[in-house]
Amino acid sequence: MVEILSDITDDIYKIQVIGEVDASSSIHLDQSINEATKKSKMIVVDCQELEYISSAGLGVFMSYINELKEKKIKMVLFGLSEKVRHVFQILGLDQLLNIVNSYEEAKNLMNEL
Amino acid sequence: MNYKLNFQCSRDQLGHVRTFLNDVLSKHLIPDKEKNEMVLAIDEVCANLIIHSHNCDPDESIVLKVNVEENKGITFEIEDHGDGFNIKDYKEPSINEIVTQRRKGGMGLMLVRRIMDNVELINDQGKNTYRLFKKI
Repeated sequence: MVEILSDITDDIYKIQVIGEVDASSSIHLDQSINEATKKSKMIVVDCQELEYISSAGLGVFMSYINELKEKKIKMVLFGLSEKVRHVFQILGLDQLLNIVNSYEEAKNLMNEL
Repeated sequence: MNYKLNFQCSRDQLGHVRTFLNDVLSKHLIPDKEKNEMVLAIDEVCANLIIHSHNCDPDESIVLKVNVEENKGITFEIEDHGDGFNIKDYKEPSINEIVTQRRKGGMGLMLVRRIMDNVELINDQGKNTYRLFKKI
């Protein structure tokens, strides 16, 4: 089960992911990122309350890498628990995505990208 | 110690499968990192079977068995009937292919192979047993 909240502040589209993203719920994450790409050039994904992610969720993030590049949209993930971050690390996906600790860092990185 | 769970081939059962596994592994004091990895690997195999082998048909079911041998290892057996896919011979895509082809799938079995120490499929007269072993 996952709950996804979103809002735009200062042109930054923030997606808050709460709960578990697996093969039954990854569609919701996909829809929210898709929506974000239509509304902003800066997307921040708040993972502080993301409790679990499986390959279905990883696949959603991976599937947007090229599209974001083409459309010059920046996306940064922040607040991943050690457990969730480890899932990205097993396949080295943390090297292909922008992952930082806090919202502050995410905003700063957004300006550097 | 042996544990068993029977569940329907529906995606919404995956949370239930993870809760079962977390309970079993916690009982045997498996450290968090290893526990989370094993839960993830079994979730991936079950999701694959539910979606690809059973087309999410809730009238079909899967049996998950867990055998814990203290100080040795944990054997997970996932049994179903249907077209088995050979988890061992599966040719995995590269991460680069996944990015360029914008694929959402393909990483589940990669995770399973990284996490587990041994993975095999045993087919016996229409019954498939996916046996996964992790040393502890």
